[in-house]
Amino acid sequence: MSVVIVDYDAGNLRSVESAFSYLQEPFRVTREPDDVRGADRLVLPGVGDARAAMGVLEERGLVSAIREFLARGNPFLGICLGSQIILDRSDESGASCLGILEGTATAFDPGQGLKIPHMGWNTITPRGDHPLLRDLSRESSFYFVHSFFPNPRDPGDVLAWCDYGVSFAAVVGRGNLAATQFHPEKSGEAGLRLLRNFLGWKP
Amino acid sequence: MLQKRIVVCLDVRDGRVTKGVRFKNNVEIGDPVALARQYYETGADELVFYDITASAEGRGIMIEVVRQVAAQIFIPFSVGGGLASLEDMRAVLLAGAEKVSLNSQAVKNPAILREGAARFGRQCIVLGMDALADEAMPSGYRVVINGGRTPTDLDALDWARQAVSLGAGEIVLNSIDADGTREGYECRLTGMISRAVSVPVVASGGAGKPEHLLEVFQEGSADAALVASMVHYGDYTVPGIKAFLAEQGVPVRENIG
Repeated sequence: MSVVIVDYDAGNLRSVESAFSYLQEPFRVTREPDDVRGADRLVLPGVGDARAAMGVLEERGLVSAIREFLARGNPFLGICLGSQIILDRSDESGASCLGILEGTATAFDPGQGLKIPHMGWNTITPRGDHPLLRDLSRESSFYFVHSFFPNPRDPGDVLAWCDYGVSFAAVVGRGNLAATQFHPEKSGEAGLRLLRNFLGWKP
Repeated sequence: MLQKRIVVCLDVRDGRVTKGVRFKNNVEIGDPVALARQYYETGADELVFYDITASAEGRGIMIEVVRQVAAQIFIPFSVGGGLASLEDMRAVLLAGAEKVSLNSQAVKNPAILREGAARFGRQCIVLGMDALADEAMPSGYRVVINGGRTPTDLDALDWARQAVSLGAGEIVLNSIDADGTREGYECRLTGMISRAVSVPVVASGGAGKPEHLLEVFQEGSADAALVASMVHYGDYTVPGIKAFLAEQGVPVRENIG
């Protein structure tokens, strides 16, 4: 099976499924560690609370399965919460996370007069030319809805920045792993192009 | 920079969009899925479906509409109208909607906001609020329910704050005074609520021309603006409205590729 989508009870699975169906890409939604280990491409979507998400991943034996998948070098895409829990920890309820990238999921500072969550369409500024972001216009917008953002320790792990009062990482990644804070499955044609790029990505 | 959203509103009765729509090309008149797809392709940033029927039977039809919309459009959309329980909300979210909108039911049972936020996350809980100018209220506006027919004892500003503290992640604020007039949004009301709460506020009611959106973004501090008649009847298009706003310096999503 080409694409495996991890089901860990963290919302918005339907949207991600719809997008891959529309792209006519076979996929499987799973909670089975063996499916995750053996996937050609893995998607970790998610909306919700970091601690709750980690609890479910651990309970289902998916933490080690995700690590084993990554060690095989196949492409991984995290989305939204999936871009936060790949870090060491989250400031959201102080959760300990997967620790695949060094860093912390950090909260927006409400003291800046910003509306939180950061909800709506925003443009991103890519660093370099990662295959995931190929053929996207500089003016392309993506749909965000989040109160925390990925804050990798190594700025080299940031693949694209976004500005919401502060500059934060909209896309992070290293090697065969990439993750978007925004929702490509809800970002119109630009988002679908990014998902197509993921399907063609050979890290 | 975060862009101002244009949200297109579709009222659905028995599975059909109820507002008379003047159509071009071969799109079936009043089919919510075809309409949704058309607005998606022309750059609407978000869609809202209100289920006018909202009966048990109508609910089933609406769920099917939501499924079909979710399969074909890749922007966020919310569904409102008669959602009274966590199970109702769950059915709509599972069918593919991003958000559920609660209006009269939230007034009758405020706990549903808290329970919904705890279960599904506050980002998918939208408070729909209908407000009517009333000098007897501290803020100058009274909350009305049941489609504007039934006044409540709630002050609009108090209710907005309370709903956010309970769990609403966004407010769609509809002015009953402005609704249907096409003479402009109620900017004073919108600004008062938008500046008082920490969550995004979508202005609703009164849009008749692109200048009205400019006003409500600038004077009303709205994060998004809801449009219906002005685009359904073909007087204006979403790209036309966005081009106007962009010329005036409002950040909008113009490049939809």
